[in-house]
Amino acid sequence: MEVQKFSYDNKIVKNFAYATIIWGITGMVVGLIAALQLAYPEFFNDYLGFSFLSFGRIRPLHTNAVIFAFVGNGIFMGIYYSLQRLLKTRMWSDKLSAVNFWGWQFIIVCAVATLPFGITSGKEYAELEWWIDILIAVMWVVFGFNMFATILNRRVKHLYVAIWFYIATFVTVAILHIFNSFELPVSFFKSYSWYAGVQDALVQWWYGHNAVAFFLTTPYLGLMYYFVPKAANRPVYSYRLSIIHFWALIFLYIWAGPHHLLYTSLPDWAQSLGVVFSVMLIAPSWGGMLNGLLTLRGAWDRVRDDVTLKFMVVALTCYGMVTFEGPLLSLKNVNVISHFTDWTVAHVHIGGLGWNGMFTFGMLYWLFPRLFKTELYSKKLANQHFWIATLGILLYAIPMYYAGFAQGLMWQEFNPDGTLTYQDFLETVQIIRPFYILRSLGGLLFIIGAVMMFYNLVKTARSGKLVANEEAETTVSVNINAKIKGEYWHRTIERKPIRMMILAILVVSIGGIVQIVPTLIVKSNVPTIASVKPYTPLELEGRDLYIKEGCYNCHSQMIRPLRFETARYGDYSKSGEFVYDHPFQWGSKRTGPDLAREGGNIKIKKSNFWHYQHMIRPKDVSKGSIMPAYVWLKENDLDVSIIDRKIRAMQTLGVPYPKGYDKLALADLQKQALEIATDIVNNQPAQILKTVNIEEEINKLQKKEIIALIAYLQRLGRDVSITTVTNNK
Amino acid sequence: MGIIYIMLIVSLIIALFFLGSFLWAIKNGQYDDDYTPSVRILFEDELINNNKEKNGSSEV
Repeated sequence: MEVQKFSYDNKIVKNFAYATIIWGITGMVVGLIAALQLAYPEFFNDYLGFSFLSFGRIRPLHTNAVIFAFVGNGIFMGIYYSLQRLLKTRMWSDKLSAVNFWGWQFIIVCAVATLPFGITSGKEYAELEWWIDILIAVMWVVFGFNMFATILNRRVKHLYVAIWFYIATFVTVAILHIFNSFELPVSFFKSYSWYAGVQDALVQWWYGHNAVAFFLTTPYLGLMYYFVPKAANRPVYSYRLSIIHFWALIFLYIWAGPHHLLYTSLPDWAQSLGVVFSVMLIAPSWGGMLNGLLTLRGAWDRVRDDVTLKFMVVALTCYGMVTFEGPLLSLKNVNVISHFTDWTVAHVHIGGLGWNGMFTFGMLYWLFPRLFKTELYSKKLANQHFWIATLGILLYAIPMYYAGFAQGLMWQEFNPDGTLTYQDFLETVQIIRPFYILRSLGGLLFIIGAVMMFYNLVKTARSGKLVANEEAETTVSVNINAKIKGEYWHRTIERKPIRMMILAILVVSIGGIVQIVPTLIVKSNVPTIASVKPYTPLELEGRDLYIKEGCYNCHSQMIRPLRFETARYGDYSKSGEFVYDHPFQWGSKRTGPDLAREGGNIKIKKSNFWHYQHMIRPKDVSKGSIMPAYVWLKENDLDVSIIDRKIRAMQTLGVPYPKGYDKLALADLQKQALEIATDIVNNQPAQILKTVNIEEEINKLQKKEIIALIAYLQRLGRDVSITTVTNNK
Repeated sequence: MGIIYIMLIVSLIIALFFLGSFLWAIKNGQYDDDYTPSVRILFEDELINNNKEKNGSSEV
């Protein structure tokens, strides 16, 4: 027995805490801007029609900011605080902690500097370009290394359950991120996903679902197992349950991804597998939720007075609701209604605002007085924050649930004569527009609450003084530095940092090898439909614009094999149609209609001129449209400088362009652009044609971005409508 | 659907890692006591008492 003195690093916790608040409010404000655009599209089109503010570019910024900046910093804040105390050890390296902090903030700044300008990889929740992906991986490993080294240097033998959750978070997120971000850089600002079509979709949602599981859930459950007992000052309801909860949860979560792709071109067996695991997930999820809530048994009176506990109780309740709803939504018959609608949006915001948001607020209110050794500046203000935030969640979620459910049912509605009741997609949009206004109000309330918290916490910090290095002491029963005869081999390595490092590098390099293997094995380009051909150079550029403008945020390219879908959009989508799609653009939300057959289905196909007008002033062509006006597309010249590199990249990925085509691509591009531009100009109304020099107009127009985008839209679905589809299963 | 094989391999590697950690945890005696750990985290060790009182929960 020996008493050891040491200190905890509180400065890093404070830094992450401030970053959490600042980025949190920023991310939420960006979300509000996005929400307001759907509620008041006319206002935005008339007065705020900037390209960098348009919905398709802002929405990825919002999702990335709240997930990786707000919750990400929240995770680091909570882990850096609790890990040290659970292990009775200072973080292994203050330098690594600092690198982790500043590196993560730099990544966020990079995101802010790229996403609004259309620099995106076009995969939902993983939009950041390739070099930022590498930075993320490096920073994540820095964090993991620091955490594992701290664990190995611990002064207590036992690892509290929270730490297990942290380990699972680190390991799984690292692997998911690396595999999903596998892309081929074309230039500094452009890369193509290594996988195509169905394969890309599967990897993306394997990642996407587990980003929810291992970034928004497991770390927060770990934090819950530390902060709820601490705040309530009583042990967790059942430690045994927490262990079962942990192992069951991580075992089930990783297989549930395909439930995001129900009724798509993904093979049925994979869909069913995803559903089965999703349904099973309710058991461990509710085990954890109940374990958290029951920790407060006999202490519910404290919830009345303690604002931290209030936030945490609502967070756990939201977690319970959202994990009940999740399995429900992954049932095929429910998913038919909910998929592509605002129901999903409501669902994730119960999780995001309720579970992650409220829990983060609870942690912050608990941490600040402790970090600064003082009392909370105003309990009253904190209570007001609690109520305004709770109200905000309800005001956000309930209208969105209603909107999603209503629209989902409207899409399915048939008249007795077999025609669609709401043939015009826009009709279903008009009905739910009031709910977009209500939802914005809910979001606004939530932000107001967060700002109140910021003020309260800054005041709290000012009234105290940061204890940067908190002294602590503990008794250590065994001298962990002494060599013990016959000890377990790993123990010996743990004390030898260099040997440990070499082993770690070895293990990591296995990861590297595993990374290379996919590129050699995956043949994503096997054409299963003979008529499906690679995109022309102009269409490829148009597709890149489609990705750049974030069209996938509001438009799907996936017609499900359901009568009401095929009646509206045309023949259902086949997996063979997407073999050249790097990345896939199936989308997950239909704020606007599906585009999979936009150019191929004769019933919905529009002229080039229609698209031209629609892109510049959507309202003029489609009455009541809430689409942003893409005025800049007719002003910006299409950047064709790297078309040869793009073609070569596609060839590397297995797209069968003829050898040497990269040299011919530009000429083909210009030829096709001229055709479309000529068609558009000649279709203008006679009175306009009279006033302009037609040749000059065509000359000007053919170089514009809008031409490429129209070329791409006109290509969608055309390959399969020409000939009959062969069996592709 | 070649990607399925890769995802299976990767998922199984993760699963094996967790299986290994699970076995380690049991062998290491991590789960021998399923009550004390829940109480132990409540003790504060930050207020240093000059006498060698063990992890006194003096403040909470």
